[in-house]
Amino acid sequence: MLASRSCLRDLPKRAPAIVSGFCGIDAELETRLREIGFAEGDRVEALHKGLFGGNPISVKLNGTHIALRRREAEAILIEPLTAA
Amino acid sequence: MVLDGTLGAPDTSELDHPVRLALLGAPNCGKTSLFNALTGGKAKVANYPGVTVEYRKGYFATHRNHDVEILDLPGVYGDCGHSLDERVTIDALSGALDGERQPDGILFLLDASHIQTHLHNVLQAKNYGLPMVVVLNMMDMAARDGIKIDVPALERELGVPVISAVAVRESGRAALATFLDGWVGDLRRGGGTIPDAHPESLKTLQAEARGITAGTVFRPDTNTQTERLDRLFMHPVLGPLILLIILFVMFQAVYSWAAPLTGVIESGIGLLQSGAAAIIPDGWLLSLISDGIIAGVGAVVVFLPQIIILFAFILALEASGYMARAAFLVDTLMAKVGLNGRAFIPLLSSFACAVPGIMAARTIEGERDRLTTILIAPLMTCSARWPVYLVIIGAFIPATKVGPFGLQGLVGFILMITGIVFALIFAFAFKRTLLKGAKPSLLLELPSYKMPVLRDYLMGLWERAKIFIIRAGRIILPAAIGIWFLASYPTRANGIEETYAGMIGKLLQPLFAPIGFNLEMTISLIPAMAAREVAVGTLGTIYAVETEDSSQALTEILSGQWTLPMGLAFLAWFVFAPQCISTLAIMRKETNSWKWPAFAFFYMTAMAYIAALLTYRVAVAAGL
Repeated sequence: MLASRSCLRDLPKRAPAIVSGFCGIDAELETRLREIGFAEGDRVEALHKGLFGGNPISVKLNGTHIALRRREAEAILIEPLTAA
Repeated sequence: MVLDGTLGAPDTSELDHPVRLALLGAPNCGKTSLFNALTGGKAKVANYPGVTVEYRKGYFATHRNHDVEILDLPGVYGDCGHSLDERVTIDALSGALDGERQPDGILFLLDASHIQTHLHNVLQAKNYGLPMVVVLNMMDMAARDGIKIDVPALERELGVPVISAVAVRESGRAALATFLDGWVGDLRRGGGTIPDAHPESLKTLQAEARGITAGTVFRPDTNTQTERLDRLFMHPVLGPLILLIILFVMFQAVYSWAAPLTGVIESGIGLLQSGAAAIIPDGWLLSLISDGIIAGVGAVVVFLPQIIILFAFILALEASGYMARAAFLVDTLMAKVGLNGRAFIPLLSSFACAVPGIMAARTIEGERDRLTTILIAPLMTCSARWPVYLVIIGAFIPATKVGPFGLQGLVGFILMITGIVFALIFAFAFKRTLLKGAKPSLLLELPSYKMPVLRDYLMGLWERAKIFIIRAGRIILPAAIGIWFLASYPTRANGIEETYAGMIGKLLQPLFAPIGFNLEMTISLIPAMAAREVAVGTLGTIYAVETEDSSQALTEILSGQWTLPMGLAFLAWFVFAPQCISTLAIMRKETNSWKWPAFAFFYMTAMAYIAALLTYRVAVAAGL
C-alpha cells in the first residue's frame, strides 16, 4: 500500500491517477490547493511539463487545467489509476 | 411592513433604493461579460474605501422595472482570505466594508465546463447568509465538449435556484432575465430564501460537492478543443517560440499599422494650428493656443493609434485565454529569479501602465513576493514610455529594414527586452537580499480557449483609450500650458535660456551634462515627473516656441538639434527613470509606507543615470 503512494510531481504525462490526499506539512498550501479544486478521489493527469526540470507542470483535474510548480505538486499525494 | 400597509401606498413596504446584487465567481467564469451584458457596459469603477481593490458598479432594470445595482467583485476561489482580493470579497459580502451596504443577494456565476472543480465554492458561499442564485454560464461551450448537466437535480441538491445561461448572447440570457424579474421583486419586498448555512470544513464541502456532481454531471473522457490547441501552444519548444513571435509581431504592428492613422492625426494638428493662426491675431494668445496647447497636447495624442494597437493585442491575448499559457511558459524563468508565478500577469499589465499592474500584484499571496513584483513592475515598458521611445526612435533611427524587420520596430523591441532583463536581475537581487523569504509558488487555472466577445473586447479597448485621452487632458494640458509659460517668459527674445524654464534647467544642467543631455532635455524631465509622455509634449512646446515654427514635426526638429548619442542616452534614461508620480503614489498606497516608493525612486533613478551615462559615453566613443 505505502509503496504505491507517490506525489503529483512524479506523475508521468498521460498516465491518469487519483488524488489520495495531501502531505500535511503546510496547512495553508493544502487550503489553497483545495480551494482551486484538488480533492481526494479526483482524477488527475499530467498534460505538460516545463522545459527545464519539468517545472512547472500543468495537470487536468476534473476537466479543468491547472498549472503548478514542483513545490505545490509535491504536496498532492496520488495513486496511479492503472497500476494493479 | 404591516404598519406601512395602513398608508395605502403599495410600494412603501419596498426598498427605497435599488436591489443590490453581488456578482461572485472564480476567475475566468465570465463575470465581466455578464456584467457588461446586464448593464450595457455603463460601469462606474470605484475603490473600496480604505483599500485600493477596484470594483465595478453598474445599474440595470429588470423587465418589470425593478432597479438593480450590481457589484462586480474580484474573481476569487474561496473564502479563506489568502489574498487582498479574497478579503475584500468576504468583507463586501458580509457588509463589513465601510460605507458599503451589504448586498441583498448573490449571483453566483459558475463556468459549466468546470462545475466539478468549483462546485464546493457554491457551498461555501451559502454561508454568507444571503439569498443566492447559481448561474451556470457558458453552457454552449460545455455542450460542445459533450458535458451534460442535470440542472433540476442540481438545483434540488444545492437547495438554491440554478439557471443555465450563455451570458454573452441575448438569447442565452433570456432565462436569467425572466428569473431575475421574479427574484429581484421578491428581494425588493424583503423576501428571498436564505440558503441553509453549511459551516463545514473545506474537505467535507468538497466531498459533498463531489457527491452532488457525481449524480448530476456527465463528462465524456475525450480531448477537448483546448487540449488539442495546447499541444501546440504549450509544447516545450514550439510554445515559447510562438510566444516570442506573438510579442514580436505585436511590437512590429505598433509601429507599422499605426502609421497611416498617426499621419491623419498629425495633419489634423497642423490644420488646427493654421486655423488658430487665421482667426487669432499674432501675439501671446496665439502662441499659448498654437505652441502651448495644440503642440503640447498634440505631441501626445498623436500616439493614440499606437496605444490602441498595443492594447488590442494585450486584450485579445487575455480574452482568448492565451495569457495564462504565456504565464506557464515563462514560469521557468520566473522561478529562476525567485518570483511568484502569478507575478507574470501584474508584470504584463504593467506594459500598459504600472498602476493597474501594481494593483494586480495583490493576487500574489506571499508579502515579500508581492513587494518584489511591485518594485520591478515600473521597469516594464508602459504605454507612457512609448510616446518617448517612438518620437526619439523616429528622429534618430532610420526606417530601414534588417532582414524582414523594420529597424525602428527592432530598436523598440530591444528597449522593451532591456526593461524586462533588468527587472529580472533586480528581482533576483531583491529576493536574495532585502526580501528574502519562502520559496514562491505558482497555482494558476488555465482557462479554456475561447473567441473573445466583440462587445467586451471593444469596451475594454475603449476604456483604455479613454484613460489615455483623459490623462492627455488632465495631466498634459495643464503641463503644456505651464511649460509654455515657463518657456515663454520673462523673455524668449534670445532663445530658451533667458526664460524661467531655461533658468531651472541651467540649475540642474551640471547634473545632466555628463550623460549627454542638453538644456531642453533637462527641462523636459521636470514636468515629465507627472507622466513620462509629458517629456514629449514639453519638447514639442519648447522647440515650437524656440524655432517659431510649430508646423515642423517634432521628430524632424529633434534630429536637427540632437546628436545620435544624445538621443540614445535619452532613451536609456527613460528605460529606467521613475518618472511617474502616479506609480510612486500607488506604491505608497499598496505597501502602506513611504519606504518602498522611496526605495524604488532611488534605485530606478540611479540605474537611469548609469544607463544614460554608459550609453552616451560608449556611443560617443564609437563615433556615432
